[in-house]
Parts: sequence; structure tokens; C-alpha cells
Amino acid sequence: MSMRTLPLVFINLGGEMLYILDQRLQTQNTADDNTQKVMNDIIATMFSKAFMEELLKPQDLYSNRALRTVLTRLAHASIMRLNPASMDRLYELMVMAFKYQLLLCPRPRDLLIISYNHIDAIREFVRDTPSVLNQVDETHRKIIEVYTPLSDGEFQLLRQTLLIFLQDMHVRVSLFLKDKVQNPNGRFALSTTGPVPHGTEVPGLIRMFSSNGKEWKRWEFPTGGSYTSSIRVGSFERFGDRVTRIGTNMYSVTQPEETHTSKSYSQKANSEPNPLAKEELNLLARLLGGMKVQNRNTETGFRVNLFATDQEEEEAGASGANGDQSFQVINIQATQDVQVNTELARIAGEFTGEPEQTESPEGPSNKGDDLLAMMDELIEL
Amino acid sequence: MYHKEKSIQMKSSASALYNNLSVLRIAPRSLTYFTVVHANMVNMVSASWDGLNYSHRQLQSKEANVATSSSLIMQAAWCVLPSRDILVLTSQKGIQMYESDGSIMVYWHALDTPETQTAQAVFARGIAAVREKYICVGISSGSMLVFDVPIKGSNITLSEVLEEHKESITDLASECSGSLECIADMVSADDSGNLCVWKSGEDFQLLNKIPDKAIEAFCSSVKLWKGTVVAGYGTGQIRLYEAVTGIVHAEVNAHARWIYSLDIAPFSGLLLSAAEDSLVRVWHLTMTPETNSVEIVHMYNECVTDTQICGAKFCDGDGYAFAVTGYDLSEIIRYTQV
Repeated sequence: MSMRTLPLVFINLGGEMLYILDQRLQTQNTADDNTQKVMNDIIATMFSKAFMEELLKPQDLYSNRALRTVLTRLAHASIMRLNPASMDRLYELMVMAFKYQLLLCPRPRDLLIISYNHIDAIREFVRDTPSVLNQVDETHRKIIEVYTPLSDGEFQLLRQTLLIFLQDMHVRVSLFLKDKVQNPNGRFALSTTGPVPHGTEVPGLIRMFSSNGKEWKRWEFPTGGSYTSSIRVGSFERFGDRVTRIGTNMYSVTQPEETHTSKSYSQKANSEPNPLAKEELNLLARLLGGMKVQNRNTETGFRVNLFATDQEEEEAGASGANGDQSFQVINIQATQDVQVNTELARIAGEFTGEPEQTESPEGPSNKGDDLLAMMDELIEL
Repeated sequence: MYHKEKSIQMKSSASALYNNLSVLRIAPRSLTYFTVVHANMVNMVSASWDGLNYSHRQLQSKEANVATSSSLIMQAAWCVLPSRDILVLTSQKGIQMYESDGSIMVYWHALDTPETQTAQAVFARGIAAVREKYICVGISSGSMLVFDVPIKGSNITLSEVLEEHKESITDLASECSGSLECIADMVSADDSGNLCVWKSGEDFQLLNKIPDKAIEAFCSSVKLWKGTVVAGYGTGQIRLYEAVTGIVHAEVNAHARWIYSLDIAPFSGLLLSAAEDSLVRVWHLTMTPETNSVEIVHMYNECVTDTQICGAKFCDGDGYAFAVTGYDLSEIIRYTQV
């Protein structure tokens, strides 16, 4: 479907990740300069020229597994550490927030406004670090350049592609349940009241025309909802009033319970038992290889817990070991880890015998070698 | 006017795609078939009229590569021809055609994919059976493929490629009233809201292009009935046009969000519209031949709570019953007249 999903996926999911991490870091009373360092490092990695360029290439949206691997790595782009259980929860929160934003998006084009709300907030996080701020601005400019010419149909295709990707995810988030935007069964509440999107008329009117184009009759019909005229359009420029609050930070510092999640029993109907396809692994290697990595000095690193207590996190980790069937994630841990080396080597080994894929843009001959080389580079970090 | 019946459960949920429900009524066997697209798969359910027997089948997109999303199915629909019914699946890779129960694939047409990845998505979308022997399918480039279908067997051939639209095809519809007097046989809609009206034959003939100037609204669903084009738009509007002249008969501010599906019950003139705003509406169309006009009257609303509807179809030619699918819902919701 749409070839233009990845940049918006990362901006929005990454944005949500930053909102949540910011809240957790502050709740845990992390030192201010540590918090700032974490935010700066993640944002600098996400908005790095190499990373964004890679995302902006026209390509299909890859699997949940591949996306999650990159986001995990992004979360570990600094001295902050997340245990697998906390990373699971972080991912669930990010994804459910994004799904909610996609569903509520009034017009498909407004997905850009939602993305710009995220970028605006990200800009705020790094306003005191000019070098990173510059990167964010540059990226914003590029996004405006690439996405502004797309038609409504192309935006809807993009949105549909993302909705297919997020299908069947019904994780309950306590913040959403509390605000009644999510029902106890995990599905979002869609309202039938409020302003109509810009460009749409309030439903209820039928007009008949004669063959010379003149209106000769009009009458109304009952609509079953209660809609009002559209409000003004938000700004699609780099700065401006976005009008909608969708995509702004929902988390407040004082309420850590907001990040509580619980799964409802909806397994993805066609979960992916196969390991990553070769193309995906190539993409991952390019994306991850392009990320600048911090010195992995575990003494100065600190852990962030997405749960209320360490014990809860431990319990979640233990029970989640065989729980999350739909994501068989490759845990790329930051510490030097023998397990990781063998895991990556195993994956690399699995693909040496695979038949060539025809759609890859690179030449078929050196793909395997390039991949192994990049994996080696990652392992050494 | 309608009340809710027992829903049919599916093996997986419906994807957010336009016109994501197709219904085939098999009177001789007292069965109705339903198909709903889920990502790279199609759920097919056969339901007996007594409500006692349901059987399921799932069809895969050809050349599906499970780990990536590059073989998503855009639409599945039955094409009813005089001698046979064909189930057509359109995906990012090509067009699959099956015998009506989905048991045997009788034809596969691969789409040309560019050598280097472009920003333009490649897929097929828009399916219609036209007159006795044609099946037309739209492509993301704006082209339309016309297939010639024999009375039986798999010797289906590509008869013509129609190059009129410049934007992706969104939906196709053929004249469904059964009347042989209608000049126009098919209407096609694209991403910019352009509608083309065609006459079928050895060479398809373009009769009209509506509107003369692009309306700048996305048209997601079209129907053609008794020479009238009914089009549903992303603005939530429904418009009625006279097919061969392009004259606008009526304009309805029908929905508050994108319309995803339209259907007509040809014997009664009932019209069904469904949108992302969770509402399904039933209308009635009446033709007044003396004044050469079409009137549209609102009949009924049904709200499918918390659901962005993606498919709605009548289950019979009179509109006695209709079925609805919604994004993320694993059921087909049914309503029948009281």
C-alpha cells in the first residue's frame, strides 16, 4: 500500500515514547541533567540526517517486529536502560496512543497536524540544545516538503496502511479508560457529535437540481448524531496554531498510574512466526547501523521503570516471558552480551541459504556479506 | 424499518478499506456468501438461510510474503455473469480470480511493478462485472483492465486496457437495474473524484466524463442504476448524476466523515450508504421519467457504535436485508426489515 508511512510512524510513535519517558523520568525524580541527556540523545538519534533519509525512501511499512526492534534501540540510544517488561509496556502505550490518534484524525490530511504536534513538543524538549534543535527543524522542513503535495486519497491510503498495521491491537490503557476514550473491551469510543472536519458539510440536507443546474427543492433529514460546523484548520507550516489537541502530550507528571496497561485476549489472527525477512533485516541494519551509539558504560547508566514498583516490573517480566506471542522480539540489549552475539549470528546464518528476493534495490551478489558486516559492527558496540 | 439480526462471526477482523464487504446470494442452495478483506487474506463465510449452518474459508493473497506488508489485498468482490459467478481479489501484486465458492483459482494476472521503488503505490482496486462477459478491474496508475470471461473454464483473457483516468481507480460499477435500455454500462471513479461513464463492447467506449472540472473530492464508492450515477465522497456527500450527460440531479450532505461504501437494491431502488462516522443510512431513489429527474428520500439510520464502517451491502435485490462490516470488527452485522 502506501510507500510513505515510515517517517510519520517514527515521528508519532517516537513522540509518544518521549512523552512517556519524560513523565517516567520526572516521576522517578531523575536528576534534571540526566533527564535532559536522555531526551537529547534519543531525539538526536531519531532526527539524525542519516536515519531520516533512510526513512524517507519510498518503501512498504515493515512488520511489527522490525519496527519494535528499531524503537527498542532508539529507546536505548542514551544511558537510560529499560528492562524487557518495561519496554513491552512502553511499546504498548506508544502504539495504542497512535492508534487512537489515527482513528480520531478528522481528515486523513490532519495526520500531518498530529505529526506536527509531536514535532512541536519535541522541539520544546530540546530547545536548550541548539545542535539537536537544528536537526529537528531540518527534519520538519523536509517532512513539509515531502508530504504537503500528497492528495487526500494518498493520505487516506497512508492512514489505511497504518490502520491495517495496528489492527487487532486492543491493549487497555488506564489513562484512556479513565478518560472514557477507551471502552473496557479495549476498543476506542468514537463520538457522533462535535464539529465536522474541514471541507465536510454538517449532515442533514438534501438538495435537488433541475437540468439547468438550478436548485428546485431542499429538505432535511434526521441524522442521528449532533454535528456542528467545522472549526478553523490548523497550521501546516513549521510554526503555528495546530488547533487540534490530538498528538499533544496526554501524560501529566503527577499520575504515574496512567501508564498502566492490560491486554485483552485478542491475538493477532495471522501472527508472524517466521523470523524477519531478508529485506527487513537489511532495513534494520541500515537504520541501526546509522544510529550513533553512546559508550556503554553500565556504571553511569540508570534504569527506568514503566511500572509503579520494581517488584511489579519483575513480575511482569516473569509472566511476560511466554506471554507476548505476537512480538517475538530480538532483544538488542545495550550491554556486551554473549547471548546477543549468538542471537544475531544465528539470524544472519539463517539467511545465507535464502533465495534472492527480486524487489530489493541492491545488487543480489553482496547482500549477505553487507548484512553480516553490519551485524558485526553492531555486536562490537 | 430494520432490526438487528444475529451477527456472523469471522475468523479475523475487517481491514480499513473501501467497499470491504461483498455478498453473493445463491438462491438454489439457500445460501449467502460473504467476503471481507483482512490485510493479505480474505475471509469467506457461507451462511445458510435458516441460520443454522456457517462455513468458513480463507483465501491468501498470491505471492504473499508473510513478514512484510507488500501483498495486501485491496478489495474482494463477486462478479455475477449470466453463466457463472467469479470471485475477484485485487492486491498489490495482481488480480486473482476464483470460482464462486473460492475453491479453485481460475486466473492470475500480475501487475507490472517498477524495477526501482517509486513513491507511487502499486495495486489493483475497483471490480465490476459488465454485461455478459466482461470483468473490469482498476489499477493504481489509473488504467483499467478489461477481461473477457468465457462461459466456463479458465481461458480468461485480457481484452483491453482503458487509459482515461490519471489518478488511482477507487471503484467501478456496472449498470445494475438489469434494463437493456440503458446506454451506459459502467462507471469508474478515481482519486480526484473524476467519474468516467462507459459503454461496453469489443472496444469500450467512453460516453462521458463527470464532472467537467475536477471537484477536488475523493470518490470512494460508485453505483450505476437506471442510468443514474450515485457517488459517495470523502467529504461525506452523496451526489446523483445523469450518467450520459453529467447533469447533477441531487446532492446530499449525508455523512460527517469519509463515505466508505454504497450499495443499491436494484428492484426497489433502495440505497445504502456507510461511513467512518459509524452511521449506515438507507435512502430511496425514485425516477420520474416525465421530468427526467431522480429523487432521493431518506428512510432510515443505523448507528454501529464506536465503529468506523468499511463495508455495507444489501443481501438481496429488494433490500430486505443488509450486512455491515467495520474496521477491527470480527463480525458481519446483519439487519432485516421488520
